[in-house]
Amino acid sequence: MAKLIKNQQILDDTWQVLTPEDGADAATVAVPAGQWIVPLAVWQAQPALAARGDVAPLLEGADDPADLADQLGTLSLVAVNFPRFADGRGYSIATLLRSRYGYTGELRAIGDVLRDQFNYFTRCGFDALQPPVDKYTDAQLGAALASLKDFTDPYQASATFRDPLFRRHARHAA
Amino acid sequence: MYRYDDYDQQLVDERVAQFTDQTRRYFAGELTEEEFLPLRLQNGIYIQRHAPMLRLAIPYGNLRADQVRMYGHIARTYDRGYGHFTTRHNMQFNWCELEKMPEILAKLATVQLHAIQTSGNCIRNTSTDPFAGVAEDERIDPRPWCELIRQWSTFHPEFAYLPRKFKIAVNGAEEDRAVIRCHDIGLELIKNDAGETGFRIFVGGGLGRTPIIGEEIASFVPWQHLLTYCESILRVYNRFGRRDNKFKARIKIIVKSLGIDEFRRRVEADWAHFKDGPSTLTQQELDRVAACFVDPDYKTLPKTDAGYVQAQADSKPFAAWVKRNVRGHKRPGYASVVLSLKKTGVPPGDVTDAQLDLIADLADRYSFGEVRITHEQNVVLADVEQSALFALWEQARAGGLATPNIGLLTDMICCPGGDFCSLANAKSIPIAEAVQRRFDDLDYLHDIGELELNISGCMNACGHHHVGHIGILGVDKNGEEWYQITIGGRQGNLTHLGKVIGPSFAAADVPDVIETLVNTYVAHRHEGERFIDTVHRIGADPFKQAVYGDKTPAQRKVANG
Repeated sequence: MAKLIKNQQILDDTWQVLTPEDGADAATVAVPAGQWIVPLAVWQAQPALAARGDVAPLLEGADDPADLADQLGTLSLVAVNFPRFADGRGYSIATLLRSRYGYTGELRAIGDVLRDQFNYFTRCGFDALQPPVDKYTDAQLGAALASLKDFTDPYQASATFRDPLFRRHARHAA
Repeated sequence: MYRYDDYDQQLVDERVAQFTDQTRRYFAGELTEEEFLPLRLQNGIYIQRHAPMLRLAIPYGNLRADQVRMYGHIARTYDRGYGHFTTRHNMQFNWCELEKMPEILAKLATVQLHAIQTSGNCIRNTSTDPFAGVAEDERIDPRPWCELIRQWSTFHPEFAYLPRKFKIAVNGAEEDRAVIRCHDIGLELIKNDAGETGFRIFVGGGLGRTPIIGEEIASFVPWQHLLTYCESILRVYNRFGRRDNKFKARIKIIVKSLGIDEFRRRVEADWAHFKDGPSTLTQQELDRVAACFVDPDYKTLPKTDAGYVQAQADSKPFAAWVKRNVRGHKRPGYASVVLSLKKTGVPPGDVTDAQLDLIADLADRYSFGEVRITHEQNVVLADVEQSALFALWEQARAGGLATPNIGLLTDMICCPGGDFCSLANAKSIPIAEAVQRRFDDLDYLHDIGELELNISGCMNACGHHHVGHIGILGVDKNGEEWYQITIGGRQGNLTHLGKVIGPSFAAADVPDVIETLVNTYVAHRHEGERFIDTVHRIGADPFKQAVYGDKTPAQRKVANG
């Protein structure tokens, strides 16, 4: 079963990611019973999915989070895919969802989600991190939790630090 | 200089701990090469021809004497006794072992030095005018702004995996000495009609494979909004910049493809939501940082020191050095000194451990314990009393740091090239040396006057060849090293990209070609006219004619026309 890091804990996860076949029509792709993360195109083409409560949209790097802006108040999960860990578009998508569009539900990073990016993921607003299945042993995943805390007091404002360092603390000239 | 508080120090220490564990996991097989690559790059470590190279950040070029001594220690202990100053305020060591890097970084952190974001697809070290704070033509001191940008860009969580590297430069003087229009973001500090400080912002400049002069995206952004505006630029770039082709991934490509107007529209649409947000700078924070850059404890001195004037009359070599290597200063009786790292026979920018110690000593003795590094790969002592210049010169000369050639042909900018760099198509250091030997006669050199010669070993253009009055670019032709020559480039307010004069040359021909170009200039120049001005007045044709004559390319040994 897939593992999920949420609230600094390792949980078993029951959501599955739906990957339609190439060329499939987003409007007719079947979304079976159970908890499914589906491509934004499927989510948009099948408005009935929103009412199910157990289906969530997946944003790719090229997707525009503005497309979800009207629905964010009712969504409990949005996923963002990182096809390669070096593709950083998802950090800006997360920032926009949290800071510009005010999304407060679960924001999950999936795909090539590695521990050395955990700190940056969470600061941009991801509260759920899902590394690839079998990427880490249980022991490695436990050790990886330490990476969430790589930097205690970062300079920047972000989703988890509403204010930059200079507004969080009284800094005195040394 | 900026002084770290506990928060700054904690971040650097936490970085060392993070990378120490990453290196451990790499050697334990828990991190693949591919996964480790951006981690080591963002800690300044390249795997080069001979050994890993460590590139250390010199934030906006400023160093304390004790930090320079630490470089000397690293050079002695972990390297082969020397280091290399780059064209972007960095120090590079070429022979350190990967296993030792965490230990080296931990030592550096004890004196607030680091290698953070000196490579990789992230926001790099900010660069500026080496004469910041002392230049006579300065409008606004850029250093506090550089420090604010340093903090904002360090471990920025949103912008660590950009499509490509990202470089910011700041200028606050009448003359741009930071090449701001050849940076991804160029910031010009200005005041508006109401006397308020702000930034004229250029975007999408860069050299490299596709040299482009940056375009103006904003004519005046009030200083409070500097960081949010830059964030919006970065966000648009991060989302829409190309990731399918490394050679088209810099911001300049998307600015060109969208056009500056559409790019600006996207940036300002994003900025509308973040402007006035928490990242808006406060007067309190500006004041805190700016307090680190107040003038040192200058003495009240006569405008001209009589002993200094006499020493120039008495010693021709000293006078020659003063003419080239000493600059005016905003305070009476003070001067700024450029220590040349362009001695013939020494790779440009290279410095030994003993020289590093000497630079630190000279800084402590004569310049309030601070030094600056220029993008021309020299060292500046910014605040020297005129009365101390002779003594300083004698000591610098004994240490091989007083070649009187600043701004002259032999003061060339030169990348490490094929001797060290695995990206290079051709060697650049031997070319620099061959040209320096050809022009080693000081009287001749001074007669030629100001001439900036820049050499890059490949089109990535670390040697800024496009903006050299004469540029030399190493190219590969069927496994052989050839050199393409440009003329007419320049940096500064009139930044201009040079034009290729024709087919390229074999290494052995390069000194002849340079000499022919120089002779052509000498034959055509008006009284007091610099090489670059002659080129722009008469055009490239007389130079091409002199170099190639009537020979067709096929009659010369040429390649890569």
